[in-house]
Amino acid sequence: MALKGRIHSLESFGTVDGPGTRFVVFFQGCPMRCKYCHNPDTWPLDGGTEMTVEEIIERYERNRSFYENKGGLTTTGGEPMMQLDFLIELYEECKKRGIHTCLDTSGIAYNSKSPENVSKVERLLESTDLVMLDIKHIDPDKHKELTKQPNEEILKFAQLVSDKGVDLWIRHVIVPGVTDDDEYLEKLGYFIGGLKTLKALDALPYHTMGVVKYEQLGIDYPLKGIKDMPQDKLLEKKQHILDGIKKRRQN
Amino acid sequence: MREEWNGFTPHKWDKEVNVRDFIQSNYTPYDGDESFLAAPTQATKDLWDQVMDLTKKEREAGGVLDMDTKVISTITSHGPGYLDKSKEKIVGFQTDKPFKRSLQPYGGIRMAEKACSDNGYEVDPEIAEFFSTHRKTHNAGCFDAYNQEMRACRSSHIITGLPDAYGRGRIIGDYRRVALYGIDRLIEDKQAQKDSTGRVMTDDVIRLREELSEQMTALKLMKEMAASYGIDISKPAKNVQEAIQFTYFGYLSAIKEQNGAAMSLGRTSTFIDCYAERDLKNGTFTEEEIQEFVDHFIMKLRCVKFARTPEYNQIFAGDPVWVTESLGGVGVDGRHMVTKTSFRYLHTLENLGAAPEPNLTVLWSPRLPEGWKKYCAKISITTSSIQYENDELMRPVHGDDYGIACCVSSMVIGKQMQFFGARANLAKCLLYALNGGVDEVTKKQVGPKYRPVEGDYLDYDDVVAKFTDMMEWQADVYVNTLNIIHYMHDKYCYERAQMALHDRDVLRYFATGVAGLSIVADSLSAIKYAKVKVIRDEDGIITDFETTGEFPKYGNDDDRVDEIAQSIVHKFMTAIRRHHTYRNGLPTTSILTITSNVTYGKATGNTPDGRRKGQPFAPGANPMHGRDTNGAVASLSSVSKLPYNDAQDGISNTFTIIPGALGKEDKVFAGDIELELK
Repeated sequence: MALKGRIHSLESFGTVDGPGTRFVVFFQGCPMRCKYCHNPDTWPLDGGTEMTVEEIIERYERNRSFYENKGGLTTTGGEPMMQLDFLIELYEECKKRGIHTCLDTSGIAYNSKSPENVSKVERLLESTDLVMLDIKHIDPDKHKELTKQPNEEILKFAQLVSDKGVDLWIRHVIVPGVTDDDEYLEKLGYFIGGLKTLKALDALPYHTMGVVKYEQLGIDYPLKGIKDMPQDKLLEKKQHILDGIKKRRQN
Repeated sequence: MREEWNGFTPHKWDKEVNVRDFIQSNYTPYDGDESFLAAPTQATKDLWDQVMDLTKKEREAGGVLDMDTKVISTITSHGPGYLDKSKEKIVGFQTDKPFKRSLQPYGGIRMAEKACSDNGYEVDPEIAEFFSTHRKTHNAGCFDAYNQEMRACRSSHIITGLPDAYGRGRIIGDYRRVALYGIDRLIEDKQAQKDSTGRVMTDDVIRLREELSEQMTALKLMKEMAASYGIDISKPAKNVQEAIQFTYFGYLSAIKEQNGAAMSLGRTSTFIDCYAERDLKNGTFTEEEIQEFVDHFIMKLRCVKFARTPEYNQIFAGDPVWVTESLGGVGVDGRHMVTKTSFRYLHTLENLGAAPEPNLTVLWSPRLPEGWKKYCAKISITTSSIQYENDELMRPVHGDDYGIACCVSSMVIGKQMQFFGARANLAKCLLYALNGGVDEVTKKQVGPKYRPVEGDYLDYDDVVAKFTDMMEWQADVYVNTLNIIHYMHDKYCYERAQMALHDRDVLRYFATGVAGLSIVADSLSAIKYAKVKVIRDEDGIITDFETTGEFPKYGNDDDRVDEIAQSIVHKFMTAIRRHHTYRNGLPTTSILTITSNVTYGKATGNTPDGRRKGQPFAPGANPMHGRDTNGAVASLSSVSKLPYNDAQDGISNTFTIIPGALGKEDKVFAGDIELELK
């Protein structure tokens, strides 16, 4: 029987999840509990709808012309790498069909201590065109506080992507008072400056659009009272990350 | 060849009236970007300030600044009008001053009177008397011929927005002919046409001969009207300024005599560009001057005003003129038809600011040049003022010299016209099917007394069969009503100016339209895939529904329901095709209620899809609001599956997107997303 993935939802017109117009597959399930997560409904690992690779590809193919011009398919979530076997099957099918694949991930599902996991992730990267890695925080303690998970393996995953020669965009959400410390931003920049395949830095402004979902799900919103990140402030903060990258690259 | 044509390549157009051939023989496709465009001149800015000031005053005055109550509008009824004569490079208003609305009683005197009285004016009693007693109007003619059933359908809104009290519009004159040939040649041509009619005086021949005479009169009047502005249009235009001016005079003649529901311009930009390129090459004019001509032309098109009633404005959500201009597209020889002047037209949205009129419509094809695509995307993002239409779909049917009337009605310029047909309310028809022809709001027996549905739960096959029967009836009364309307419009409110700029024998599309498609599709889907219980009122009329369970909804690229939508369109069109149409019009239908969906919703009861009584329909072929949950591509895909062959008058989809949702800094659509590290 065909392998099935747990899919939260499909978005046929994704314009902010990778280059071009994209077909976006939201995977169900995520072990991270980021305080600013705007998709808390994708957390539970047992929710969603079961779908086969064939079913997803069929949805893509019927509107292929929309995505052909520099767009493609993005997997996000949730955390797509939590369903590694299914993801590999999906991406390998995409490659057969010449579909551009973009992996939007937190990197949390990488485990450098498990040879099995490493070999699967390496196989996945072979059919991945672009990784959009969202590094939540560069500092291990702050990361744990923010997401309830350590960041050690995430940073190793970033290195692996770079070593394998897969294009990499780093995303970083800047939350006022939480992830906007200049020093840490520079440190983050210093780290990603060492990644050879880094192609872009996408600093994302924190917004409160997810609050509604928390109310619907009856979960306490952890960042109550924090305001949206204004655009001008965001660019100023982004500059600190860029400074860190420069510093690393000058060395 | 005539000296005005020096520098142009002759082919067939110099021997016969054939604008398309002129364009194809002379236009220069432009593959570059927008960097050549010129900013507005001081004169342009001054004139536009004047227009903005008048607009403000008009708003403050409650929507109308001035109305003519004494002079019946004809091509020559009014002397010249100006904003500031010394600054205007393109001249001409509908009356003797800007923002003064003309009096056009031929469509219906009551509508003309009401348009005045609702705005605080009174039509001269002598004129009112004349058009009630001595000269019949289109409106009076229609009501003389209507039967009881037609009147009932009209007042219960199962057929809506019928052009029986106002101008039908949707006819595009080939205004370019005035510029290319000059009036004298066009009159000669019309005389030859008249001489060529059949010798046996059948009704058709008599009517044609009378119409051709009317057309020749209109042409003579156009020349007179232009002369009052000190401009001679008897000969061909000599340069780009004259080409624009002459074209505009043709259009102006049309809007002086017709207050139509849509008074569209056609496809002029690439035609005008032939002159612009020649003048640039000869050093006659600079880019800045040419842009100024275009800006002033577009400014005039933004000042087109008609006297209308508040009810009319409610149906159309505002006071639209639908000065639609079609831009771009690809030629049948494979060359795209984007020229520098196509850019100049769009550029007016930057030079004068965003505006709904003229309705600039891009004929879209993947084969359009990249620079043009990017500029369109940019202007769409910054002004939200561009309409897009699928050239790939229409070119195989119409070739490469068609234009759009109103919002989606395509027709070959100067060779085809349309009898505008408003629309049939399909959602109401479904309710009539359930209730055996009884109106769910008024409780009157409007439709035929067919057997209503029985039992508490709706059965899909039963409902579809009843709906099909009811649709047959609806199509029958609808087409016959339209037959009367167009007969009377031709008789009492003939569009002589527009038809003067057509060939002798035109193809007449007999347009119909539908409203409420997504409601019916979702309703039938609910009946098929969920359980729908009916709730009857004390009279036994089904007035509400209880739907339990999930059902696929139109707008999610789900074939289960999308196929229902397709079959409704096909069935409706099949029913329409069965009927005799006035002047052997070719029947078509459209799915395009862009604005009137609110009014139709008000007149329609609860529907099985969960829509409540009075709630608006979705515009055009759009899915119902909030039911498309798989993103825009899936939603568009459902719409794109509707069969064009059965809806050849057009399928519209209104697409709104919040800033930022087109990618980072809205750059996905305007080109590549750029997040490069410096």
